Amino acid sequence: MAFPILSVIVFTPIIAGMIILMMPGERKTEIRMVALAAAAFDLILSVWLYFAYDITAAGYQFQEMHSWLPSFGIGYHLGVDGISTPLILLTGVVMFTGVIVSQSISDRPREFFAFLFILATGVFGVFASLDLFLLFFFYEIAVFPMYLLISIWGWVKTREYAAMKLTLYLFIGSVIALIGALAMYWASGAHSFDLLVLEKAHFSTAFQNTWFMPVFMGFAILGAIFPFHNWSPDGHVAAPTAVSMFHAGVLMKLGAFAALRVGIMLMPQGAIYWKWVILGLAAVNIVYGAFIAMVQTDLKYVIGFSSVSHMGLVMIGFATLTRSGLIGSTVQMFSHGIMTALFFASVGMIYNQTHTREISRLGGFVKIMPFTAIAFIIGALVSMGMPGFSGFVAEFPIFMGLWQTAPIIAILSVISIIVTAAYMLLVIRRVFFGEMPEEFAGRMNDVSVMDKVALGLISILMVGIGLFPSLMVPMVSSGVDHILALLG
Amino acid sequence: MTFSFTSSMIMAVLPEILLLLLGIIVLIVDLLLKEEKRRNLGWLTAGGLLTILIVSLLVARPSEAELVWGGMVRYDGMGFFFKMLFIFAAAMTSLFMMDHKALGHRGEAYLLLLASTLGMSLMASASDIIMLYLAIETTSIPLYILAGFMTGDDRSTEAGFKYLLFGALTSTVMLYGLSLLYGFSGGVTNIYEIGELVASGALAPLLVAGVAMLILVGIGFKVSIFPFHFWAPDVYDGSPTPISGFLSTASKAAGFAILLRLFLVAFPQISLSWSLLLAVMATLAMTLGNLVAMAQTNIKRLLAYSSIAHAGYAMIGLVAVSELGTTSTIFYLMAYILTNLAAFGIVAAVSHVTGSDEIKDYSGLSRRSPGLALAMLVAFLSLAGMPPFGGFVAKVFVFAAAMEANLVWLVVVGVLNSIVGVFYYLTVLKYVYLYRMEDEDEEKHPIPLSLSYAIALTVLSIGILLVGTLFAPWFGFSGAAAIALF
Repeated sequence: MAFPILSVIVFTPIIAGMIILMMPGERKTEIRMVALAAAAFDLILSVWLYFAYDITAAGYQFQEMHSWLPSFGIGYHLGVDGISTPLILLTGVVMFTGVIVSQSISDRPREFFAFLFILATGVFGVFASLDLFLLFFFYEIAVFPMYLLISIWGWVKTREYAAMKLTLYLFIGSVIALIGALAMYWASGAHSFDLLVLEKAHFSTAFQNTWFMPVFMGFAILGAIFPFHNWSPDGHVAAPTAVSMFHAGVLMKLGAFAALRVGIMLMPQGAIYWKWVILGLAAVNIVYGAFIAMVQTDLKYVIGFSSVSHMGLVMIGFATLTRSGLIGSTVQMFSHGIMTALFFASVGMIYNQTHTREISRLGGFVKIMPFTAIAFIIGALVSMGMPGFSGFVAEFPIFMGLWQTAPIIAILSVISIIVTAAYMLLVIRRVFFGEMPEEFAGRMNDVSVMDKVALGLISILMVGIGLFPSLMVPMVSSGVDHILALLG
Repeated sequence: MTFSFTSSMIMAVLPEILLLLLGIIVLIVDLLLKEEKRRNLGWLTAGGLLTILIVSLLVARPSEAELVWGGMVRYDGMGFFFKMLFIFAAAMTSLFMMDHKALGHRGEAYLLLLASTLGMSLMASASDIIMLYLAIETTSIPLYILAGFMTGDDRSTEAGFKYLLFGALTSTVMLYGLSLLYGFSGGVTNIYEIGELVASGALAPLLVAGVAMLILVGIGFKVSIFPFHFWAPDVYDGSPTPISGFLSTASKAAGFAILLRLFLVAFPQISLSWSLLLAVMATLAMTLGNLVAMAQTNIKRLLAYSSIAHAGYAMIGLVAVSELGTTSTIFYLMAYILTNLAAFGIVAAVSHVTGSDEIKDYSGLSRRSPGLALAMLVAFLSLAGMPPFGGFVAKVFVFAAAMEANLVWLVVVGVLNSIVGVFYYLTVLKYVYLYRMEDEDEEKHPIPLSLSYAIALTVLSIGILLVGTLFAPWFGFSGAAAIALF
């Protein structure tokens, strides 16, 4: 039997979390070390997985299949394709960097890392699931730790409200999608939750047209699709740094990924039927999100709404149902994931020292923390879709696909690029340049070496993919071929 | 009727015989023990119950379903599975009782618990309406006494009396229904023979439906489903906490056992007339239970309303009227018994130290006792239906069964309700994990756990996790139990 690498990746965090829970609460240093070691181990494995994936063979690889409840058609079936492999790498990166920037957590770090790692297991699990039941199982596991993480370690002012709002939104979405999944299970007649079986079920057009929207929208809520997006910025703002990174970096991708895998891939006819609605909603996401981000005064809200805008690009790329659109969306999931993790990490580093995120009260930090400033600027360039950075590799194909499908929506959505450039440059000028306010002068320190490692790792990835798209695009393309085959 | 003695007759009631024996042993040991040592009867009861559980599993497992004792009881997988659940629940309850001063330091309490468990076991396998009624009363009378056990406490007395009044009233209505059934069927009392009569068309469907409604009153009371739920919050609130836990789990499941057997064996031909009614009752129970639970400030009342809602979820499986539906109901009850016993056990452990059942007094629990807080997290997330805990798969199965029967509306009602559930279960966890005690120094107010609590809560938490992750064997047991009815 081959080495079960996916199971190891998926279960390493939760096992580490359980070990951490067993440790005495006052041994905070040891707890942090265990957390860091587990995160590093998972990062190494996910990098290995990324390079071990055979692009020429394509399809689902590293499959593991065990019966779980055979009489009900539930199996423990893991496997990755060209779409999910980059997302597993993304999760590994965000988890590692998230643990690094959380070293300063001093209130009950034992519970913090344990819950964070349960969340990580859920996220890895969704990306690696090839069984619909298993996917839901991990999906819910990824949702509930968010509540505790935000409400306990979050920003005092809004944490209770934001945590509950987020949990309820996501739970509503997932249970609605669950009804759709059960409908698919009975309609397929195959008595199986296996995604590979359901892909071949060929549901009737009427069935697909009815059930596509509940399933797609149920998951897309977690991708913050308009008009169900407003839990997301509130959640970002209230969450502690590492959780914001997870939330924006990975969790929102979870929604988009599940919407693709369960919605579009299992019910392609439904996707074709409803694509104009999704194109429209996603276009609102893109433009509206960007404009709202522009008028925010709180740094974290700016990033939060920019995430709404960028996730709109992911959704719109899906809805084009074209080759370039789907490739762009997948790369965008990866690129936005690391970019937004970097943003939240930087904001966290600033906030830890200033205890404010009001843009008007900040300024001049480039002198104190040049490394953070450079990383933030690279992130901003990615966000604007500058050539040479990963954002360009993602956004260019999305707009290409969009132009083929709906030129008018493409023209409208392109406005967002200008707006994004405007608010990103404004934030950089106000926060990192200009005069440093007197209240902070002389009281600020540069970030730690570990923080620099985290920022550096993400920056290298963003530039690397920007300069060498061939690191990722062929792999994604192999996954997209399969989707296009399903679409017929 | 010729009467021949077979070994399966003994095996069919082996758990009951052993329960009776254990009761006698408890009674004798109670006399021998000094007053301050009587707490240890809890160990004896729990140990004895676990022995009964193991012995029954080893020797008394049914193979072929058969009617024994002149058709009074049916020796089948369904009865056996429920018996094991009840015995397990009673064992856990006796562990929780040990530290309850007014309850656990008196031998009668354990004896009453065993008597009631004996009644439940008979309820699970009763296949004759006379046996059925006797079993229900055998279960109820000890529970009335246990609910009002703290005679010095007005609320407990009130709980016991209220439970008695409601119980007497509803069981009278049910008895009326049973006697009408006896008359209509021409003296046939066996459920299986009645089922054949109904199937052959010898009984007018309308009459049978009317009788079924009357019987439903009594069963509805036992499972505390809308509109027979009014007693539950007051009784759970006033009763000693371990007894509330037992009432809300084993007693409810026993009600479901007779509901399943009676309606699926005797009245399946007229399922169209009752399934919609039960669906409406389930809808109202879920909605009302969850909405009212949101407004509660006392944790026992919150759990009482949540248990009304859970009766509604479990009912969804029955409404589907299918083998999968029955399996899922039984699975749901199993997961629910584990979860709710844990929840009430935690409440008992906390109130043993703090003396309060108010939710606000759970502030800072995660700092006062991280282990207890973690157990609470497990139990409440399982109640909310989150993986990897038992509540999640149980909900998925009942919803799946309803989808198979094309009851999309009922599933929608169910999932909307589970969202409401998530809200208030998380609100309680917010107190546990987020809020601080008023003096902000929880280190000085630890909540020590006695060994019996620690064992019971560990067993239950592991059970919740096992049912939620390795669910194939449990689903197999539930399926084997369900198939005995078809």
